[in-house]
Parts: sequence; C-alpha cells; structure tokens
Amino acid sequence: MRLPWFEYRAPKTVAEAARILAGEGPDAMLIAGGTDLLPNMKRRQVAPKMLVSVAGIDSLKANGSVYGAGLTLTQIVNSKAPKALRQAAHQVATVHLRNMGTLGGNLCLDTRCNYYNQNYEWRKAIDFCLKKDGEICWVATASKRCVAASSTDCAPALIALGAKVKLVSSQGEREVSLEDFYNNDGIDYQKRRPDEILTHTSIPPVADSCYWKLRRRGAFDFPVLGVAAAMHEGGVRVALGAVASRPFLVDKANAFLKGKQLTDEVIDEAAKLVASRAKPMDNADLDLYWRKDVAGAFARYALRELRGDDMHETRLRIARQIV
Amino acid sequence: MKVLGKPRRRVDGRAKVTGQTQFADDIFLPRMLHMRLLRSPHPHALIQNIDIEKAKSHLGVHLVLTGKDFPVSFGILPVTQDEYALAPEHVRYVGDPVAAVVAKDEQTATEALDLIAVQYRPLATISTPEEALTQPEPRIHAYSELGNIHRLQAFQFGDAEEALKNADCVFEDVFFYEGNTHLPIEQHAAVAAVDGEGKLTLWSSTQVPHYVHRQLARVLQMPAAHIRVVACPNGGGFGGKTDICNHEMAVAKAALALGRPVKICLNREEVFYMHRGRHPVLMKFRTGVTKEGRLAGMHLQTLVDGGGYGGYGVASTFYTGALQTVTYDLPRYKFEAARVFTNKPPCGPKRGHGTPQPRFGQEVQLDKIAEKLGMDPAELRLKNLIKPNSLTANWLKVGSIGLAECINQVTERSNWHSRYKKMPFGRGLGLACGAYLCGAGLPIYWNKMPQSGVQLLIDRSGQVTAFCGATEIGQGSDDVLAAIIAEVLGIDPFDVRCVTGDTGMTPVDLGSYSSRVTVMMGNAAIDAANKIKLQIAEAAAEQLGVSPERVSFANGKVFFENQSMTFGQAAGFAEEKFGTLGAVGSYKPPRAPGRYKGAGVGPSPAYSYTACVVEAEVDPATGWITVPKIWIAHDIGRTINPVLARGQVEGSVYMGLSEALMEEQVFRRLPPKLSGALVHKIPSLLEYKSLTSLDMPEVDTVLVEDPDPNCPFGAKEVGQGPLLPVMPAVANAIYDAVGVRIDELPITPDKVLRALEKKSKGESARVGPERFPAVPYPEPVVVPPPWEGGDGNAVQGHERTRLKVSSA
Amino acid sequence: MRRNVQVGLTINGEAAEASFAPYKTLLEVLREDLDLTGTKHGCELGECGACAVLVDGEPKLSCLVLAVECAGKSVDTVEGLAGGAKLHPLQAAFADLGAAQCGYCTPGILMTAKALLEKEPKPTRERIKEAISGNLCRCTGYQQIFEAIEEAAERLSTEAARRNE
Repeated sequence: MRLPWFEYRAPKTVAEAARILAGEGPDAMLIAGGTDLLPNMKRRQVAPKMLVSVAGIDSLKANGSVYGAGLTLTQIVNSKAPKALRQAAHQVATVHLRNMGTLGGNLCLDTRCNYYNQNYEWRKAIDFCLKKDGEICWVATASKRCVAASSTDCAPALIALGAKVKLVSSQGEREVSLEDFYNNDGIDYQKRRPDEILTHTSIPPVADSCYWKLRRRGAFDFPVLGVAAAMHEGGVRVALGAVASRPFLVDKANAFLKGKQLTDEVIDEAAKLVASRAKPMDNADLDLYWRKDVAGAFARYALRELRGDDMHETRLRIARQIV
Repeated sequence: MKVLGKPRRRVDGRAKVTGQTQFADDIFLPRMLHMRLLRSPHPHALIQNIDIEKAKSHLGVHLVLTGKDFPVSFGILPVTQDEYALAPEHVRYVGDPVAAVVAKDEQTATEALDLIAVQYRPLATISTPEEALTQPEPRIHAYSELGNIHRLQAFQFGDAEEALKNADCVFEDVFFYEGNTHLPIEQHAAVAAVDGEGKLTLWSSTQVPHYVHRQLARVLQMPAAHIRVVACPNGGGFGGKTDICNHEMAVAKAALALGRPVKICLNREEVFYMHRGRHPVLMKFRTGVTKEGRLAGMHLQTLVDGGGYGGYGVASTFYTGALQTVTYDLPRYKFEAARVFTNKPPCGPKRGHGTPQPRFGQEVQLDKIAEKLGMDPAELRLKNLIKPNSLTANWLKVGSIGLAECINQVTERSNWHSRYKKMPFGRGLGLACGAYLCGAGLPIYWNKMPQSGVQLLIDRSGQVTAFCGATEIGQGSDDVLAAIIAEVLGIDPFDVRCVTGDTGMTPVDLGSYSSRVTVMMGNAAIDAANKIKLQIAEAAAEQLGVSPERVSFANGKVFFENQSMTFGQAAGFAEEKFGTLGAVGSYKPPRAPGRYKGAGVGPSPAYSYTACVVEAEVDPATGWITVPKIWIAHDIGRTINPVLARGQVEGSVYMGLSEALMEEQVFRRLPPKLSGALVHKIPSLLEYKSLTSLDMPEVDTVLVEDPDPNCPFGAKEVGQGPLLPVMPAVANAIYDAVGVRIDELPITPDKVLRALEKKSKGESARVGPERFPAVPYPEPVVVPPPWEGGDGNAVQGHERTRLKVSSA
Repeated sequence: MRRNVQVGLTINGEAAEASFAPYKTLLEVLREDLDLTGTKHGCELGECGACAVLVDGEPKLSCLVLAVECAGKSVDTVEGLAGGAKLHPLQAAFADLGAAQCGYCTPGILMTAKALLEKEPKPTRERIKEAISGNLCRCTGYQQIFEAIEEAAERLSTEAARRNE
C-alpha cells in the first residue's frame, strides 16, 4: 500500500511551522509520529497535499513542568507524569507505535469508525459514509451527525487530571482546558483550527489518579472504553473515553462524589452514574450492549484503585500486563 | 535412531534468522513491472461494460487485462471449474477481480485502477445460508445442485435412526462455528517471468505448486512442459495458499504478453478477499448413548456457508462428517451435508479442513453426555475409544491410536481428577480430544501416479542433494526430508541439500496440505535413500571384505566393526562400481477399503490423535475470560525433530485458542432498503483479532509416540491435529467455571455474560443457535458398516445421493 | 513537481545514500532501493510488527516511518545483526530453539528483542511477553520465542562475563 504523493516540509521552530500552515491552508497537515496519519493516508481517508513535520522541533520535547506535544508515548510512560497519563500512554497500541506516536498526536487522534477506517476500495463498496465522501452515516442511518468514536487513551486521562493544552498559530496562542477541546462530532471533533499547533499540555498536581482501558487484546487495540479517575483537592474527577465522539467528564458522577468518602456504596452508586453516560455505538470492536454493560464494572475498578484497593490481579487480568 | 527424535536446529534455520529466506515478494528482477487488480465493489452483479482506454493511456501503464483475456475457467477440484482469473461477466463477492493493471510501479498501477470505468448491473445479494436456502434466484452459479445450494451429500452407515430409537438417551444439540481465516503474516505474492527460451516461470507463495502448474497450463492454454512453478518458502500458509489464485493467473498472462517480469503482492485487505478459510458451519448432532455410556449411533447434519465459488468446498463439506468415526466407536452413523453459495469471499481449507467445526460440536456434546450420565468426561472418552487397526462405520481403516495415553497424560499433568468440578466458581477445567488425517488418501484429480516423489543426487564429495516437490511453508518439510535421508544414510542432516517445491526441478509432490508431507514425502525419501544405500553398501562391502548386509552407516561413516571409511569415500567406490549415482523413490497411499461413491474423502494412511485440557477463569460480573494454562498431548507416532514438533503443537494450540476466543471472518449487510452492500466487516490485521504474546497462556506439551506402520519410521502428522481439541476444551472449561454453555464460536465475554444473565433468571444457561433450518437433504447413499455384513459398497439402488425433489 | 528526494543515512553501521519518491516509507526504501529484503511486511498499516527495525536504537515500524525523515539517522535491520558469519546469540537461539517457523515475523521480532536485551540484559518472562506484544506470530504460539530470548540473554551474559575476565 502506497502513500499518495505529497510535498514534505520539516520546520525547525513552532513559529516556522505555524507560518507554513497559515500559508498553505487546510491542504497542509501536521505530522508528528505518523502512526495515525500515515495509515489514514494509505487508505486514502485523507490526502493532504503537504505534510509539515514537527519531529524536528525541539521545543515540543519539553518534559518537566509541562509536557511537550512532541514527546513520544514511551517518553510519557517513563516521565514523572501523573499515573493516569502514564497508564493511558502505556496501553496505547504497541511498543513500536509508542516509540513513534506522540502525546500531541494521541490527543489529536482522528475519530475512528469501522465504516471509515477502511481502504478506499472498501469504502467505495458501501458508497462511502458521512465522514468522508458520502451522504449517510451507516452506523446510525438517521443521524445527521457523524458518530465516529474518540479513541484516544491519553485524553480521558488528561481530562480527569484537569489538564490544559496550548495552541499556537501564526495569529497568536491560546490555552484551552482539555475538557473543552473536543466536540461531540465525529467529523469536527476538535476545536483546534487547521492552522493551529498543539504545543504542550500542563497538568495541575493531583493526589492520585488511574486509567482503565477496555480492549480485546493485550496490545494493538484501540480502546472501546476508557475510564480515568483523579483525586483532586476539590474531589474526584471521572472522565470517559471511546464511548462518544469526544472524551468527556462525567459531571453527574463527579457531582455525586463531591465530598464523599469512597465507600463501597458510594463507588457502586457513582459507577452506575458513570455507566449511564456510556453510549457506545456499533462501529468498534466487541458487542456494543456488552460494552455498555461493563462500563460500571470498569468505573468501579477505577474508583477502587483511587481508594487504594489492591487492584493488581484485576489489572493483570484486564490489561494482561502491569501498567 | 541417530538423527530422529533428537532436538536439532532445522536445516533452514540459519536462513530464517538472517533474513536470507527468499519469500516471493523478496524477488526483484531486472525490468520488473508491477500489477494491481481492480476488484468488484458489488457483492453480486453482472458486468455490462468495462472501459479501459483511459487507464491504458495513463503514463507508466504497460498493460490492462480484463475477463476477455481469460476465456478458460479454472478451479482446484475437477468438479468445480467455476473461477476465472478476471471475471468475464458475473461478479460474486466484493473483491472479485475484474481487471488487472500492469505499470512501472505500484503507485502508478494504483492510480490507473481508478481510471477503469466498469458498468455493473447489480443483482440481489444472497448474504446468508438461510437466504441461499430460501432464494434459489438469482443464482450465484448455474451449475449448483439446487438453486443456490451448491452441493448436497447424504450417507447412512447402518440404520442410525433405529439405533437412536433403541438408545437409553438421545442428545440433540445445535452448534455454530463462525468462519475465520488463515491470516498468514506474509501477504500472497507472485512474480512471473519469461526466460531466454521463451518459457514461463512463476514464483509464488503457494502451498501447491503442482496444482498451480496444471491450472496455469489450462488457463494460459500452453504446454505444461513450458511452465515452471516455483513455490517460494511461505510466510505462513495454514491452508490459505492451497488454492489456485486469480493473481497467479493474471501475473503469468501479463509476463507472457509483455515479455518482462511482472510482480503482484496482495495488500492485507485483498488477502481477506482471497480467503479460502474456515467455512461457517451450522451443525445438528443427534447422538444416542446407552446408560453405561456407550455410543449407539449418531445423526449429524451440517449446513456449510461456502461463499461465492466452489474452491475446495465439496471436499470441505465431506470433511464436516468424514472423521466423526475415527476417535470413538460409533456403530451406526448418518451424515447429511449441504454447502450453499453466498455473495462472500469463497471459503476453503484452513488447518483441520472442515473437521474442527464438527469436532467442536461432538466434543462439547460428549461433555454434556458425561454430565447427564454422571460420568467423568475422561472416563467416558476412554470407554468409547476405537480399537487400533480397526475399520470404522464409514469404512475408514485406522492404524495406531495413542489417544488413551494422550488422555492419561493431560489429565495427570493438569491434576484433572482433583480439580475438575472441584474449583471455586469462576474457575474450571475442560477436556476434549481430536483426530486428524496423515495425508488425504486420494489426489485432488483422479490418477494412479505417485503422490510424492523424491530424487537423490549423490557423489564422491559425500554431498547428498534431495529433490522433492514438497513445499516448505514454515512447518519444516525440508528438515523432515533431510532428517529422514540422513537417518537412512547415517549422515548429518546439514549434509543434505534440499531442492524443493519447484515443478521444473523436482519430482511431483502434491503439496503441503492435508498433513500429508511427513508421511508421503517421508516414505518416498526412505524409498530413494534405501535404494542408494544398497549400492553404496555393496561397493563399500567389497572394499571392507564383508557381505553388504553387515555394513553399517552412521555418523558420516560407512563401516564394519572397526574398519570404516567416510560416507564420501563409500559413495566414490559406488560411483566406480555403478557409474553416476542417483535414486528415485515414490509413495502412494494404500487403497482404502470403502467402495461407495463419496468414500474418497476421509481415508488416510494413518490418523493422529490429540487430547487437551484447558483451564479457564471467568469473571462472573463481566464475562471476561482468561486462560492461564493449556495441557496438550499429541500422538505423533514418532518424533522426527522434537523442536519442530513442539512448535507445531503449540502453534496449533495458539491458533485453536485464538479461534475459540476471537477470530471470525464476518460480514456487514447494509440496510437492504438503502443499499445492496455486503462487505467484509473487518479486513485488517488490527480488527481481525488474533492473540498477541500477552494473550497466550502457558502450554504444557507432551508428544506421545505410538508408531504407525504406514508411516516413515512410524511418524504421523503434527501440523493440524493438535488444533482440533482446543476449541471444545475451552467451551467445556467455561462450563466447568461458571456453568454456562456457549454452543457457538468464538466464545466472547458478551456471550458468557448473556448466558449468565439467562441462568440467573432461571432460563436455559446457554447461548448458541436455537434452530436448524429445513434443508432439502437427498436420499442417502446406504452403506452397511463392516459389522453389519457390508463389503464397503453401497446397497444396490442406493449408490448415490438422490434428491427427493427433481427441481426447485 | 514529482521529484525524488536524496537522503543520506547510516544503515547497519555503513553510510548509505538513496534517491526515492518522497511518499516512500522506510520499509519501501530498504526493500526496493537498498536491496535489504530481510525486513518484511504483513499489513503496511502498523498492525502486525513484521517490519520492525531499529531507528537510532529504538524499535519502530518501518512501514509508518517516512524514509525522508530518516536523513542522518541510524537504521539497523536484520541483515546487520550477525557479526560477519557469526550469528548474534539471538539469531542462534531462535534457530536452535524453534523460534522461527516460517521465519516471516522473525526479523521484526529479532530486532525488537535486540533492543530489549540492550536495555534489560536479564528480562523476566513477563517483560519479554510485553516487549514483543507488538509482533504478531501466527506459527509458533510464542512459547519458543520467549524461550529463545531467554536463552539469548543467558548466552549474551556468559559472553559478557567471559570478556570481563
């Protein structure tokens, strides 16, 4: 499978990259690790005329008070980042892909759908779909909105952690709470404009945090459910991933948890509230009703880990490795 | 034994770890061009027009081929010559090739595909066996037996109905085994070139160069003597490279037309379309048992979803019933089968070819029988084991059987008797057995010639070169060839050079399928090696002054007592005495005792046996399944190289577990009101799930050696049999863990949770198919079993299956 | 517009130069422009691990690395693993212990294992499982691969001890 022809640029600074993006318009796309973009280009889901590589921009490798978007997921795993982010990064794809894929890339990951992440020839056989070249969303044929699923592991973790991201363009820069960064729309899924570069993320201090991922196998697979939880001074924040077109804070559960001790009863009740917000669609791996059924169990795992329970055995069974 | 049975580095091991093994896509020839195929986006349609002019004039394009260029059809079985290299008018699944572009590079060929304009007239989509049964029109193939039913088969070995009537208990179960695919990591590739003499060579990732050779001659309409097919080492086969492929025909035609080498490598999506994998099979078992736990009779019905073409399908369908008799005593047996055409990529043989599906049903049903009768599942199986050297109800001749020892090994090593049914809720053990062929008794096309040939070249240097058409697909067939010759001639396997899988250089071997290579190539190798050994012994004996029978061969020496010479010196004396040395050996399986029409599928020189215990943990809250350990014992007859034999067993366990838990080749039918599309749901290595190293449990492997007299040094097969018991053992372990029956594969956590919910509501604690549809099975071929006075022939007037209805 | 790019890089310790279309991946350049066909491909989409090579010592998937981004980098492939005619202990152990059946996923696993053993000379079975979990193998069932990596670790540490004597 061949990539289509494109022009390639490799700026050395964020400012230079921003200038190129402003000049080229939406036909230019950023490439960092390439692990999401290049398969999509090979399948002709996207065909940018120009790739602007940010791999050579040193300022995107900050690894201390802020985390640069250019850090690889392996570097995140080995960093001093809060546990939830390290656990999330550790469970992305495979060893090799974590050596390539970046934090910024994972946060900007294209939404995924079984009708969309297919070769051009396959998509032609279904006469394409709403997200690319077609008219109908085949997952929900009455839907006007694309329901492709947010499939980033790092975003729910960072949302639970209360992280902010910095966006830079030739026009200037802005900082956005990650929870406000996403739209619940499979096509227009992020608030980053095509001319903006996500440069780094900052994370406020938390007491503890964790991330639980549901996927079929011990490696490779994208999440079909992600539950992140973080213990803040102001209370517990739980975020969900992979059950909508965006990762999001589970406000009802978080409001319920405010000021409460994590007793078994409180955890059970909160888990129910979390599960009620999981709305998986039939466009990813595993039975969607089952995925909804087990959302409560995964929320319980996360809250129990936050409480300090020994979840080692359970985690080994689910993740099939120590993360 | 100096060589056999000792752990050794395989003879081709070094090449594999240095990257020097040359797979088909690793071939780069001067002036080579690249081909890509345009495939149908419709599951079922007629081609009205193809306009290739734009593509032809695209810069860098050398040739565009369409169905018009291939007037002759082909097919692996003589009875189903229903495929074309490029579809001339009728496309039968999404992915059916309709045109081929040859260009200077892959990128240019890909661009040109989009410039070909094909006008289709869509036909109604037949997406499931149920639709195929109820919708005879539009017909996917005109030659099918009845509407969209490709083939109907029915056999009765004794009055099974009467046996069921007289049995103390009758168990009726319906099972479903979802289709799945081979998923070799190597994508199929082929390179074709015309040599200086104008003859064609095709290098291909194929398991069956001989069959490809025959079909190329047919399709290209040129003399077979002018075609050479070289099977490159396969990067995994598992049956996925045993059929004739469209791209092999297309690339050969292009090379002939252009006079330049042409290469094609399928992308992963296309490998899913090539498929020929495990058929989805719906099965209904009715089994009668006595209250003492003896099997009285069985009635098995299968409904096989074939996809869009015949392929091996007729044989696969026979195999859904042929081997139910070779493990346990079955006094009477009735078998009815139907294969239907649907608008999906064609199914075919995958590891176990047609037998894993009914084996799953049979072994799960035995678990249910044991429970009902209050017997231990191991005990029940041991009680019913078939006797060595016996005939089965369907006239298969069974030789050595090491299954009792296999069962004893896995039950002892897993502490079965102290743990089965005794572990806490959520943990369980399951047992199952299996049996498999050591080579199909008959070739795919009728002939009386050898099924494997080996030719040896030996000279004074002491080198031995072995030529054989057998194909190295990773299983280690070159190592088996070298080891057997080395054993006979008393030399080191590394002193044997193997030239294999090349129809221009090697004697015919039918290919790497049906677990035939060790037995058939091995016997041919012994035949050839013994002939040359006699000559060398005679010449050496003269020098040593003894009679030839007293000369020994070992450790690279030919000797009598303390007088010895090197093997090379002895070969030199033989050259002096007999002239240039060489020998050929050949093998043909013994004639099978069955004489009825249909008796050709099932016979084998020998059968291998396996027993397996699986431990499973199930989380009752989520249905999440963990398999911490698997014990397996395989009756291999004799081990040639234990390193490779263990690898075959554990590879089978891996593939079996992967099929049990996740692998499925499934399709999406888009809402019929909006679309006719029927597409492969997940044609990718990411979404077609297979176990990673983190998902693989510990495996405890035992090789049981019960040599079979029909086999080389007694060695039976090991590549396929060990897969068979794994899937039912998983299902049985899950039952022991949480008390629910999942009567369909794959067994996923959602099915387990659903069954647990049903159980908690007091409903049947089972998930699986609810019913078996009405299938117009014909009147059976009636064959009395050996113990009812039969002679292997059908009863007069019942020699062939006959449809009750003459037409639909 | 459609012009090749020219890139210089180090392959298996030797300086190399290649001219290729900018859309080419490292995998394609290795196999098609540099005659290094030891690196295989199973999906070309990052879903199998067959094409793994080391880029500046780290295992990466060559099917998703733009060759143009490898300018000035050091790439190691299976062809460079043996020291002359002598097999690397990983290669010897893989050949001896049945870790390579069809041999197609083998180059990717060997390179991945090499990176592991360089970082962790004595990995546990669990670490080995995790390290190669991005390399699908359809033949072996992985057991003999785990054992071969353990055996290679053993042989490497014996060799290292001997060198230190």
